[in-house]
Amino acid sequence: MSRPHNPLPGLSLSLGVTWVWLGLLVVVPIAALIAKTAGLSAGQWFDILSDPRVISSVRLSLGASALAALIDGVLGLLLAWVLVRYPFPGRSLADAAVDLPFALPTAVAGIALTALYAYDGWLGRILQGQLGLKVAFAPAGIVLALTFVGLPFVVRTLQPILKGLDPELEQAAVCLGATPAQTFWRVTLPQLRPALLTGTTMAFARAVGEYGSVVFISGNLPGKTEIAPLLIVTRLEQYDYLGATAIACWLLLLATTVLVLVNWLQNRRNSLAGQHV
Amino acid sequence: MPTPEPKLLRWTLIGLALLGLAALVVLPLLLVLIEAFSEGWPAWREAVTDEETLSAIRLSLAVAAVAVPLNTVAGLAAAWALARFRFRGRGLLLTLLDLPLSISPVVSGLLFVLLFGAQGWLGPWLQERDIQVLFAFPGLVLATTFVTLPLVARELLPLLEALGPEEEIAAITLGASPWQLLWQVVLPRLRWGLVYGVILCTARALGEFGAVSVVSGHIRGETCTLPLHIEVLHSEYHFQAAFAAASLLSLVGLLGLLARRVVGARIGKAH
Repeated sequence: MSRPHNPLPGLSLSLGVTWVWLGLLVVVPIAALIAKTAGLSAGQWFDILSDPRVISSVRLSLGASALAALIDGVLGLLLAWVLVRYPFPGRSLADAAVDLPFALPTAVAGIALTALYAYDGWLGRILQGQLGLKVAFAPAGIVLALTFVGLPFVVRTLQPILKGLDPELEQAAVCLGATPAQTFWRVTLPQLRPALLTGTTMAFARAVGEYGSVVFISGNLPGKTEIAPLLIVTRLEQYDYLGATAIACWLLLLATTVLVLVNWLQNRRNSLAGQHV
Repeated sequence: MPTPEPKLLRWTLIGLALLGLAALVVLPLLLVLIEAFSEGWPAWREAVTDEETLSAIRLSLAVAAVAVPLNTVAGLAAAWALARFRFRGRGLLLTLLDLPLSISPVVSGLLFVLLFGAQGWLGPWLQERDIQVLFAFPGLVLATTFVTLPLVARELLPLLEALGPEEEIAAITLGASPWQLLWQVVLPRLRWGLVYGVILCTARALGEFGAVSVVSGHIRGETCTLPLHIEVLHSEYHFQAAFAAASLLSLVGLLGLLARRVVGARIGKAH
């Protein structure tokens, strides 16, 4: 929009409102967080972050989020594939259901998943009673809740890409004698890879900070099933603002590092692929 | 669309996908509804008209009644500025606008504790004047407003960009006042996006748990919003009552989903 003269009114008023709104609600609180963090000495950082309880909760949060994002990637790809390519009765209903994790409040999802997967729940009875797999009040429950919150990110990122794929590429592969499996792995999946990575990355980022849906099902045993956001809340309840802030910053930093690393790997892969062409 | 896969494979994939969707997403919703009514209508009605539940509902509605109009008016202003003008700091504004969505709800709550808590920036100043922000209504409103901040703006911005400024420029050229432009040109064209944004924002405001939990202090009958009240009921093993309250929130969420389908189709048609 490099129009020489913009005749529309209201720039100064709307911009003023926007800056006051974002300034008071976003800039000032973030500045308070940064100021609090900057006030920590290296020794304090080390003391807080070397606490075994902090280490195990951060490890659990990152590990469970990564596993959940991986499961979301597989299940999300399957769902997007089926919803875009195969007509079946109830397809639009299934498509609407994908948005449920966005729509249900996290506390509702938390108590529902807990009741469903507890030892006497509809599914917990089968998993724990027959297969011996404890889900609720165990690390598996954390992964389950995080998988729940991340699923729509993968499906909704993949769907438009899948719809927009050029069918001629797959037809050509089939005409040249490729099996369906070969067509999928060699022709279709490589075209989906960037969107799949974006979706799983979003699911991971969301999972690392998730609180409401996890605290009910996790059991919250320090060192075993205590996720980092819960430890932040615990520290705040003990009025340990410094401890809570340090863990929050540490978690943010580690999660960002993972995301940057994934992006970098993807870019390197793309540029390597570019060289072969 | 070519479907070279054999029929058996196709149906296996459909079956697996639906099984995953059911176990992860559909069954939890069904369970909420079934558990809520497990002891019949009267028990459900009794649970949702319980004095503490009613006060939690009132509190949640009051918080949303402040947070949603604020984010709607400011969101409209932000969308107008960002969609129709190019100015310095525009990229920064866009980043700041998206920030609340990428921050953990717990950290969102922490921000306001750091600002208003006893050891926070404004804590001592507020304490001297006996103003309660944290563990009180203002804190709940701040945390909720923060978490739902970009939802209306994020709906309106792409819509304004897609609609283009031509009609508005025509109106101004023909002598419309800024006020007439807003009420007779801009708002009617944004109508459905605005409706959807407000519904989305309200649903999120009523259902927010993590951020509100941090700033609430969980004072029963005073700072327990509906989601926090569900947590209290659940922790006291009042499962049926917890699910009855949860069924109300699920309804709000489902209405949001429905609105998305209906309004999404309308916006699509309007283009």
